[in-house]
Amino acid sequence: MRYPILCGALLLAACGGDRGATPAADTTAAAAAPAPAGSATITGTVRFSGTAPANPAIDMSEEAACQAKHTGVITDPQVVVTNGMVSNGFVYVKSGLPAGVTYPTPTTPVVIDQNGCLYTPRVFGVMAGQPIEIRNSDPVLHNIKAVPTANRGFNISQPSQGMTTTRTFTTAEVMVPFECNVHGWMNAWVGVMTHPFYATSGADGGFSIQGLPAGTYELEAWHEKLGTRTISVTVAEGGSATAEFSFGPTT
Amino acid sequence: MTRWRIPAALLVPLAWGAWLPAAGAEGDALQAQAPHPGKAAYDKWCAGCHGDTGAGDGEAAAYMLPRPRDFTRGVYQVRSTASGELPTDADMLRIVEEGMPGTAMPEWKSRLSAKERSDVVAYIKTFSRFFTGAPPTPLSFGNAPAESESALTEGEQVYRKLECFKCHGDAGRGDGQSAASLKDDWGHPIRAADLTQSWNFNGGASVEQIHARLRTGLDGTPMPSFSDAVDAKVITEEQLWQVAQYVGSLSPKTRPEVREVIRARLITGPLPTGPTDTLWSAIDAAYVPLVGQIIQKPRWFLPTVDGVWVQAAHDGARLTLRLSWHDPSRSPDPAWDEWLARIVQTATDADGAIPATQGPDRLVVQFPKRVSDETEQPYFLGGNNRRPAYLVRWSSDSERVEEGVGTGLGRFTALPGDADFSHAAHFEKGEWQLQLGRALVPRDTAAAPAFHPGQAVPIAFFAADGSNGELEVRGSVSAWYSVYLEVPTPITVYVQPVLAGLLTAGLGVFVVFRAQRRGPRADGPNLEG
Repeated sequence: MRYPILCGALLLAACGGDRGATPAADTTAAAAAPAPAGSATITGTVRFSGTAPANPAIDMSEEAACQAKHTGVITDPQVVVTNGMVSNGFVYVKSGLPAGVTYPTPTTPVVIDQNGCLYTPRVFGVMAGQPIEIRNSDPVLHNIKAVPTANRGFNISQPSQGMTTTRTFTTAEVMVPFECNVHGWMNAWVGVMTHPFYATSGADGGFSIQGLPAGTYELEAWHEKLGTRTISVTVAEGGSATAEFSFGPTT
Repeated sequence: MTRWRIPAALLVPLAWGAWLPAAGAEGDALQAQAPHPGKAAYDKWCAGCHGDTGAGDGEAAAYMLPRPRDFTRGVYQVRSTASGELPTDADMLRIVEEGMPGTAMPEWKSRLSAKERSDVVAYIKTFSRFFTGAPPTPLSFGNAPAESESALTEGEQVYRKLECFKCHGDAGRGDGQSAASLKDDWGHPIRAADLTQSWNFNGGASVEQIHARLRTGLDGTPMPSFSDAVDAKVITEEQLWQVAQYVGSLSPKTRPEVREVIRARLITGPLPTGPTDTLWSAIDAAYVPLVGQIIQKPRWFLPTVDGVWVQAAHDGARLTLRLSWHDPSRSPDPAWDEWLARIVQTATDADGAIPATQGPDRLVVQFPKRVSDETEQPYFLGGNNRRPAYLVRWSSDSERVEEGVGTGLGRFTALPGDADFSHAAHFEKGEWQLQLGRALVPRDTAAAPAFHPGQAVPIAFFAADGSNGELEVRGSVSAWYSVYLEVPTPITVYVQPVLAGLLTAGLGVFVVFRAQRRGPRADGPNLEG
């Protein structure tokens, strides 16, 4: 044990600079080149072949006000596949963007609502520094706990209907989990990006990423249960390309 | 690990060789290589639980719940700062100095010097990359308003309005409907605090400390901050103080004193007829602490029950006991499957697989097989062959108690026939109340101990929560205590002091009278002589 510890201590000392790297790198004020206007588009779908796993039922009987907002058996929409198309896949440009370029941070907040004791949207992207407005549309207590690793988390309570709270993340992270501990089934995921090239697949499995400069990009699709898939896509200025992500039941 | 040993052994001198000349040339470089001043104390005292790299993965960590803090994430429960913020140095120092009640973290004030303590805090901060910017700003909490009956009533209403009961329960015993699904940031199961046991509050038991936890939340746990609710005017600051006062009022300010002797009150009227009989409220309760059974395998480090309140009464013919303990689940309860699944996943199974199905809740009361004046009791873990114990075993899934002889934990021979002890149990809002009773003289005097007024009857306890993986010998145990059966106060106790007083007074008067009469004569001869 002794030698590895000593060695580790030396390495840490030697790599002190790396260790001290600021996690809260300011993405808005960096003196970098402004983002070049791009006009390329990548569209595509997230697909699933085989039999999708069944979603677990949620027993909301203890929370009548939430249960009343649903009909029939309530299930947790972990894997939603319609005609082979997967919704709630988070697709983003993982690499390939020009280095040293920063992108303006939108000031319009992204809204995440707690409605019927479920999060809407369940999966979404946000840019670092962009406000996230957390809303409670239920007449019950929710707590919202964010459990990131690269960012600072938080755990706040919203004990009344209509309450809103705004939070931001400072650092890119795929994904930041949101959870409610009062209702253990409530989960959402936030992809924090330093660029605007991301999208969430809709009910038809489709997504569209626009305004890209010409280039070859590594595109990743992330799904909370199915895992990740990565594709390389080349797109010309003003052109368009497609990316088809395919998940199987074994992942 | 083994593969790396030799290269590491070679690398260390090589690395030193490479660094030393540079260090000689530049003093700062040498400084950079010196170990952190807090490292020695940390490695010696903290690493065993918190790990060499501060990841909360020391050798002892697997036996603890809550787990030792993982310093790499920079997430701290007890702070004076907003949710998501880093703690101040003073926040961290306070925990090092005072420890964390309700956890394995002890106080270090008496073992480490002031310099060592602050060096350790500085060293702990190096484990997380988050401690780089400006120091965090503590929140301003204001002062507690005066406590009053109406403030407590209002506090209780706000407790309900904020739905604190969802986790902490109606009576605050940590048995709310969400309690079974709670997990910390590391996915480990975590209990909602039992608000009636403030001596176990991680951040301290004072109203100010409770209020601070409401404002800051306990980061890393499911307990959120209510600061935003105050900012949004959902509740007022004063109401939050009232909640703190109400929560503070739910438990005694200090851990109950442990007494070795529990008095069985002599009652001339009827004995209590059941665990909820109001007669019990007039009888003192003695607190008996329990700890995990960590002697006999399979050991259990994560017990639910850490104390039993014991009340006892007799009427000269019959002894009756009421045993009360907190357990958030009435086991088995399907709502607690999720909890048990996390326990199975988290707890170390070094001593054998932890059962993945729930059992009943259990309580075992232990007496010596023979109550005598000998000082040596049976072995406290269920007796042994030489000195067997007499056990009364209650379980929540059975209609009867079992009685029999124990010759060791898990070695039990039930007596045939119906139990001699009567029993009745009541579960409500996270508390079991069990009444046991028996004639002082048992049906079979050869098999079971007889109790006599004026006698101190040794007694010990074993408790198990079936929703927490506590089957068979997994559970918590107490040491030996004794139940003293009060005897009627004889009339002489009242008469004798009066008689003695009268006699003393009479004698005094007599002596003084004699002395006064003899006084002049005694002086006489001296004067004359």
